[in-house]
Amino acid sequence: MSTLETADPPLLEAAHLSRVAGGVRVVDDVTVRVRRREVLAVVGPSGSGKSSFLRLLNRLDEPTSGTVYLEGRDYRLIPPRELRRRVGMVTQTAFLFPGTIGDNLRVGPRHRGQELSEETIAFLLEKVGLGGRAGSDVRHLSGGEAQRVSVARALANDPAVLLLDEPTSALDEAATRDVETLIRRIVGDQKLACLLVTHDQAQAGRLAGRVMVLAAGKLERIGATDEVPHAEDRLH
Amino acid sequence: MLKTVFTDQVALGSVQAALAVAVTLAVMLLARARAIHLERDIVVAVVRGIAQILAVGSVLLLLLRGPRWTGVFLLVGMTIAAATTSARRARGVPGAFRVSLTSIGLGAGSVIALMTWAGVIDTAITALVPIGSMIVANAMNTNSLALNRFRSEVESHVGLIETALALGAGAKETVSPYVRAACEASLIPAIDSLRSLGIVWIPGLMTGMLLSGSEPIYAAIYQFVMIALIFSASGLTALTSTLLIRTYAFSPAEQLTLRPGPAAGG
Repeated sequence: MSTLETADPPLLEAAHLSRVAGGVRVVDDVTVRVRRREVLAVVGPSGSGKSSFLRLLNRLDEPTSGTVYLEGRDYRLIPPRELRRRVGMVTQTAFLFPGTIGDNLRVGPRHRGQELSEETIAFLLEKVGLGGRAGSDVRHLSGGEAQRVSVARALANDPAVLLLDEPTSALDEAATRDVETLIRRIVGDQKLACLLVTHDQAQAGRLAGRVMVLAAGKLERIGATDEVPHAEDRLH
Repeated sequence: MLKTVFTDQVALGSVQAALAVAVTLAVMLLARARAIHLERDIVVAVVRGIAQILAVGSVLLLLLRGPRWTGVFLLVGMTIAAATTSARRARGVPGAFRVSLTSIGLGAGSVIALMTWAGVIDTAITALVPIGSMIVANAMNTNSLALNRFRSEVESHVGLIETALALGAGAKETVSPYVRAACEASLIPAIDSLRSLGIVWIPGLMTGMLLSGSEPIYAAIYQFVMIALIFSASGLTALTSTLLIRTYAFSPAEQLTLRPGPAAGG
């Protein structure tokens, strides 16, 4: 176990998390802890359960056994809407709601009866490099811009944990670097705990302090990024 | 021409049915010539249709001699059969049978009960059962359309729905546009029937009343009454069905359970 893992109390802890779907054990007894300001990369070959594991963390899917603790509290005791506000998620495809960028940022807070101020919207957009674009129609955004809106929209909920499911896999190299810079900055600024699913070992190295390798739903290895040098070999 | 040859009604009906089947088979062959293979479906539907309608005719014959309330049992049986058919059509939709039974039962049942109480529908079995069955059948079609449309809308918008859930939206809010779309789409046939009544089609009931010697104006008004009742029952069915189905589409922890298949991805 790395020293990083024991330094602070974990913000998020998956405890013996398993999920069986369609008779297949897609996540198999995974235990892992993530601290504030930490990026943990989740790598593994296609079908290894990376996305399935992430979906269990904000309870988009129900674990068959095991649970998750958010700041020490069993997440089954937290109302799902509150849990999902605190454990934000950005998916591979940026599913944006029709309307403007500002409209998209307002969605999360509005669901809990709060109206995001224009100043907050401007601040969030500045943070993701889209300053002054609140009124832009989302239909006219590039892939990278859409993904930035997706990140800003998750941040508008003021989450404690950010789940990133291959956020750059649909982007070109320049847009990927932009989004990576953004991730690095917001994790530090917002004191977030972040889990990043990626198939790109180099990206894991650039962004994450630790990496966990999943294979057939099982946690095969976890450690500091430079201590798991051969995870790349297992990806394909 | 046939009536001059066949004086016995059963014989006349059999020949008429044979001619109708011949036309159906001709359509089937035309379709086949264009490589559209409906043979199995059409043959099964024709055989089932004849068997079912003869069975109903026989049951009606028996019921005519029984007390009036037996018609209610027949309509309840029809509602259960309608719910089963509708649920089969909506395969993969969680709770489809329960939703269908409740929606058709409430939509068709309440309109039939109210209108029978008000005297719009006669309590005689010969009136209550055929008219009730028309209302139940249309409610069934509406329910099937509503469930099917809801399923396809949800399945094509899984990403947006789960994005909204992940942002802390309530389950029901995330599907409300698709509930509206399903409800509106399912009512299109009922609205069109009402709108085109008398212009595009003269329904069977009016035809029957005219054939049996009713006053044409009364037959026309009564036909309008029936189509309006069918629309009301269909509307209630669609509203109930789409209201209930949003509950069944999610788990208690507000997870989308109505999905095209297991979640893809690594």
